[in-house]
Amino acid sequence: MQSNPLTLFEKIWYSHIVTQEPKSPAVLYIDLHLVHEVTSPQAFTGLRERGLKVRRPQRTLATMDHSIPTTPLSIPMADTQAAAQLQQLAENCEEFDIELYGMESPMRGIVHVIGPELGRTQPGMTIVCGDSHTSTHGAFGALAFGIGTSEVEHVLASQCLLQHKPKTFQVNVSGKLGIGVSAKDIILALIAKIGIGGGTGHVFEYTGEAIRGLTMEERMTICNMSIEGGARAGMIAPDDTTFEYLAGREHSPKGIKWDKAVESWKKLPTDGEAIYDQSITLDASSLEPMITFGTNPGMGLQITDRIPNPNKYDDLDKRHNLETSLTYMELQPGQPLLGHPVDVIFIGSCTNGRISDLRLAAKVLEGRRIAENVRMLVVPGSQSVKMQAESEGLDKVFADAGAEWREAGCSMCIAMNGDQVAPGQYAVSTSNRNFEGRQGKGARTFLASPLTAAATAVRGAISDVREMI
Amino acid sequence: MAKFTHLKSRVIVIPNRNIDTDQIIPARFLKVTDKNGLGEALFSDWRYNSDGSINPDFVLNHHQNQDAKILLAGDNFGCGSSREHAPWALTAWGISAVISTSFADIFRNNSLKNALLPIVVTTDIHQSLFELVTKSPDTELSIDLASQTLIIPPDTNVTFPIDSFAKKCLLNGVDQLGYILSHESLIEAYELT
Repeated sequence: MQSNPLTLFEKIWYSHIVTQEPKSPAVLYIDLHLVHEVTSPQAFTGLRERGLKVRRPQRTLATMDHSIPTTPLSIPMADTQAAAQLQQLAENCEEFDIELYGMESPMRGIVHVIGPELGRTQPGMTIVCGDSHTSTHGAFGALAFGIGTSEVEHVLASQCLLQHKPKTFQVNVSGKLGIGVSAKDIILALIAKIGIGGGTGHVFEYTGEAIRGLTMEERMTICNMSIEGGARAGMIAPDDTTFEYLAGREHSPKGIKWDKAVESWKKLPTDGEAIYDQSITLDASSLEPMITFGTNPGMGLQITDRIPNPNKYDDLDKRHNLETSLTYMELQPGQPLLGHPVDVIFIGSCTNGRISDLRLAAKVLEGRRIAENVRMLVVPGSQSVKMQAESEGLDKVFADAGAEWREAGCSMCIAMNGDQVAPGQYAVSTSNRNFEGRQGKGARTFLASPLTAAATAVRGAISDVREMI
Repeated sequence: MAKFTHLKSRVIVIPNRNIDTDQIIPARFLKVTDKNGLGEALFSDWRYNSDGSINPDFVLNHHQNQDAKILLAGDNFGCGSSREHAPWALTAWGISAVISTSFADIFRNNSLKNALLPIVVTTDIHQSLFELVTKSPDTELSIDLASQTLIIPPDTNVTFPIDSFAKKCLLNGVDQLGYILSHESLIEAYELT
């Protein structure tokens, strides 16, 4: 088997199988387990009930991100239920000896932002977390995917998971991106093309010139939203860009260990003759800024396009679903999105809350003010991102423009912590989901890039950033 | 885990495609540290009006559906967030099986660990089920897991796929952690390599 040409995914998969019995899933070893407050409490309860310990606490890393407030720590938490959940995580980590980047930690942040920042995410690893956006870490050439709470318990107790081998799906992105078009637009275009179930049962591997030209943060944006295309994991083969990002990070190997690690990481890319179960090609040079108009991430269009007419679909079911979405969004078929007024702008999340995202948004906002009646929230993906942004004066750019500058967290992406969009309001968000009620009950979300979000903030209506840069 | 062997029940229909886990249970209900009370939050934004009153039009609120254990839903059920609160909320309300043409990967995995059976049928069968239940809302479907059969009255038997390992676990009410831990010596050996 090992002499056959293998894909990046297959190399990692086969090297992590502990055992596999006939007619049974593989027992897959997990190198890194990320934990947060929302999907872990019941798993720790399960361990206690069975009298089990955490098998490898040093392969486990916890942080607080989903329900944590983004207001300064000096303000007491009003939400007692969220406070109790955070407290529970702190107690669980203490009891089971797990490293926690807690409330007071200067390294705390969204789990998918801090893993890479700390150098914990490395090529060739298997990485899981009770969060579907764990696919983010695949940007490093790791096999990373979201799991449920039962599986969180399995990994805590055994450092293993039962898994069936998924299929592989190559997403080849050729050409070069145009001005004002970013990684977010690539992934929104892909999902618009294949639909939100298009990758179900598969692992994406992103290849091609456009992907090679992306920074690690841009690659993370793309892998992050693989799950919105139905794929549990998205991967990019490691290269010099990957190694440069990792060099010198806190948990990256050092000295001779680094040299050895790079040597082994260089063997990970897909072999020339390897075969994917499915393939698709996108031409980056033909992409425009993308934006969603409906209630799932697959309902996306080029920002200059008009909203599709449900009547163009013969499939009654499809027609009905589009009609339902447009009713929820209060949008009309044939209407352009450009110029549509918005109430809220959210810049942040595990998709687009990294320093390069904030720099892009700040560049658009520099010397400008956001429109009256627009509320803009800028939420760094981690406290490290926050500090870096402040050292570059980005916080001042945002504040001068009229935006709110917050502490790190998931914030308005999932609207669990009090940061939310009011019923009926329209938001342009750099996050990953525009489901009904995702950003607050009755909230209407347009997903877009940080550039598009910032441009829209200035005009108070959906805007094409290419007119402003 | 509870056992799943067979089931006979009337059917609740929510025809929407791509029902995501944020619809099944919105994130604001995820601040719990146990599994209690999640049935109350199932499909909350569809089930209750904005003033908190019950939406009488939503199928889950129909009097005759209160004992239904089978949900018939559109394509790609359970997409989005990995929250296991989704199958917890469904089973707490009383649902034991969901029928669709496809399920999102994480939701399917989570369901199988909670004795919630995801049944995949072809588009044709799916369509005929919709028509049947719409025409005769009192229709009862039967599910026999051992033979992997969905029995549709009057006389249609449909075989559905299920992973053989998950089937064994469901039939015996065995949870998977015990199986993994039975390989502890191999895990230890792997860690030494």
